[in-house]
Amino acid sequence: MQATNLLILILVMAAIAYLIGRGRALSVAQPLGGIRHLHSLPYYYGMRAAIWCFIPSISLLILWVTLDENVITALLLADIPAEIKPATESDQNLLFNQLENIISGAISVERVTPAIAAAAERLEGLRQTGYWLMLAVICSAGALGGIWGWLKISPRLRARQQVEKVFVAFLIICASVAILTTVGIVFSVIFESVRFFNKVPVADFAFGLEWSPQTAIRSDQVGSSGAFGAVPLFVGTMMVSAIAMLVAVPVGLMSAIYLTEYAKPRVRALAKPMLEILAGIPTVVYGFFAALTVAPYLRDLGANIGLQVSSESALAAGLVMGVMIIPFVSSLADDVITAVPRAMYDGSLALGATQSETIIRVVFPAALPGIVGGVLLAVSRAVGETMIVVMAAGLAAKLTANPLDSLTTVTVQIVTLLVGDQEFDSPKTLAAFALGLMLFLVTLCLNVIALRVVKKYREQYD
Amino acid sequence: MTSIMTEANQGLLDRIPQQPVPEDLAEDYATTGYPFTRDAKMKMRNVNVFYGEKQAIYNVSMDISKKEVLAMIGPSGCGKSTFLRSLNRMNDTVEGCRVEGDFSLDSDNIYDPKMDVIELRARVGMVFQKPNPFPKSIYDNVAYGPKLLGVYNHRSELDELITVSLQRAGLWDEVKDRLHQPGTGLSGGQQQRLCIARCIAVSPEVILMDEPCSALDPIATARIEELIGELAENYTIAIVTHSMQQAARVSNRTAYFHLGKLIEINDTNKVFTAPEHELTEAYITGRFG
Ligand SMILES: Nc1ncnc2c1ncn2[C@@H]1O[C@H](COP(=O)(O)OP(=O)(O)OP(=O)(O)O)[C@@H](O)[C@H]1O
Ligand SMILES: [Mg+2]
Repeated sequence: MQATNLLILILVMAAIAYLIGRGRALSVAQPLGGIRHLHSLPYYYGMRAAIWCFIPSISLLILWVTLDENVITALLLADIPAEIKPATESDQNLLFNQLENIISGAISVERVTPAIAAAAERLEGLRQTGYWLMLAVICSAGALGGIWGWLKISPRLRARQQVEKVFVAFLIICASVAILTTVGIVFSVIFESVRFFNKVPVADFAFGLEWSPQTAIRSDQVGSSGAFGAVPLFVGTMMVSAIAMLVAVPVGLMSAIYLTEYAKPRVRALAKPMLEILAGIPTVVYGFFAALTVAPYLRDLGANIGLQVSSESALAAGLVMGVMIIPFVSSLADDVITAVPRAMYDGSLALGATQSETIIRVVFPAALPGIVGGVLLAVSRAVGETMIVVMAAGLAAKLTANPLDSLTTVTVQIVTLLVGDQEFDSPKTLAAFALGLMLFLVTLCLNVIALRVVKKYREQYD
Repeated sequence: MTSIMTEANQGLLDRIPQQPVPEDLAEDYATTGYPFTRDAKMKMRNVNVFYGEKQAIYNVSMDISKKEVLAMIGPSGCGKSTFLRSLNRMNDTVEGCRVEGDFSLDSDNIYDPKMDVIELRARVGMVFQKPNPFPKSIYDNVAYGPKLLGVYNHRSELDELITVSLQRAGLWDEVKDRLHQPGTGLSGGQQQRLCIARCIAVSPEVILMDEPCSALDPIATARIEELIGELAENYTIAIVTHSMQQAARVSNRTAYFHLGKLIEINDTNKVFTAPEHELTEAYITGRFG
């Protein structure tokens, strides 16, 4: 709240700096005979002044917001009366909660000891002082910066280049936020996985054929030894993804070929948005469609023809996931097919080839690397897909090659490991990180290969 | 067989007088010169081509004689490519393109609904402005057409056909050791000759070329021009070009198009030395184009 006020204050100061900076640039230019005697347009001088005002004060604000609470806590604890001095960290949290409540009025001052009441008062006092101090510091930083920016304005000042540099720096900061987040996530997953592998050997995890992550939470519990063999999960993931690709690749590819090569413009105008709607359906909707419609249907169908189909089956999940991925495959295929140069197509027709011969013999081989890349990207989506398999594939980690049976996937297990109350450093919870890491590595490899393939293919025609 | 080209060069082709142009067009437009020949391979009469509402070709009538090289010149956008592409119905693949008029190849009506477009395109081959080899080996590029048409019984016949086609296209010596390397790895001029070989391999009767040298350097261009001269002994060739020197070097007759109309068609010599129409003269003397 207080920080928001200060932020607004800073913005107002920057706006003022802009106006006076620009005004000064104009008045400097006047005796010289107009703005064409300035190095840059007047608003660049204004922006430069605003930047000089904004950056020092905003940096101070950020610094304050991050350090404020720590400093105040330390100050308060430094001279707190011995009788209420917290011994442990949780005591300290408790104390501060209490003080907080007193300040906000939730607990009345009469009901606490005078020492605590005094501490609450002191805390509020410190905060007030801190706030006013900060206000003063930020205002003067902003004002000094603004004045500096204003003073330096002269016709030869290269304001335009300087503003450009700041702009580039800003872009770099934004880009690094995205990159650093990714790196951060990867490292946290790696660290937690390492903790997991300290408790469970890597070989057991990577080659173990049994998965039952129920470890004993209480020492008197029986029958929960915990086995962390991830093979059944990866087999499950592979099975479901394979079924999904069997649906998505042919259907997606054929529909892309139809839409790009054969469909009349009116059909295309209708069909493409429809496909895109398919891509826009939330996966949770696909999930209950799979669990409530497709799976029971498959079970009944199986019963009619004498096949044992479990009511949660890899087949149901895979089929529905395939449908989900169709638009993804078809739009990628669409892109690579239309990227095949028209000249290639004409060349084949001019030799007396029919349209389908042209597609099969020229367009398709030419587009193949791109299509392979697209399919790999689709596989990595299938591998990472969670909602449909959670709802339709089952939870039991069975090592089976029967698509009619229920099985479970890596993503499903990550969900079940983390749902509910968990001890944070039990192997069971940490296993989720290890699974996540494996999944991440698999999709990373797929994506890298896919992108390389697609890129190579692009180069061929550019 | 041997002499038609030389005769044409001497201006000795038998010609019939020009057909009357419909009256409403006659005022502002009439073809000058000799559009019709006695020994016609292809006959086009009253051709109009439209892209949607927009008309690109206006009432063009002309013949292409057997084993002649016909050059088509004219300012950019005047409809040369459009006209050329209507000769083997490549315009069918262009959305919104409509072709009117009578076209015949020997005695066959090209736009007859019963006409097999596939067969037509094998008889009237086409070489494009930009070399467009398929991303396949040199061998497979040339074998593409014959394999589709199934014109051979044995592998050895196919090999023979490919050798002959590459020889005729003047490419054999350069690629005979690397037949199974990708055609896209050749130089631009070699690629264009590969496309010509690919076209010859299906034994077309007519070869249409749309600015075949515009993406090539002068040496590769000279090589192709030489090749056109050799091919003219066996094939009827229509070539669109922006280079008047090229038209003068390779063709027997030259057609000048202007804003979708066929303004003048005459002996190449005549067009370049004594054009009959003022627009032709303006163009060849470089006053516009
Ligand atoms: N696919 C198309 N759709 C609509 N209009 C077209 C299309 N192709 C060509 N045109 C138009 O038809 C006219 C003739 O074009 P064409 O390509 O035949 O000219 P050109 O003589 O070959 O020109 P250039 O020498 O530049 O190749 C032009 O006005 C062009 O804009
Ligand atoms: Mg053209």
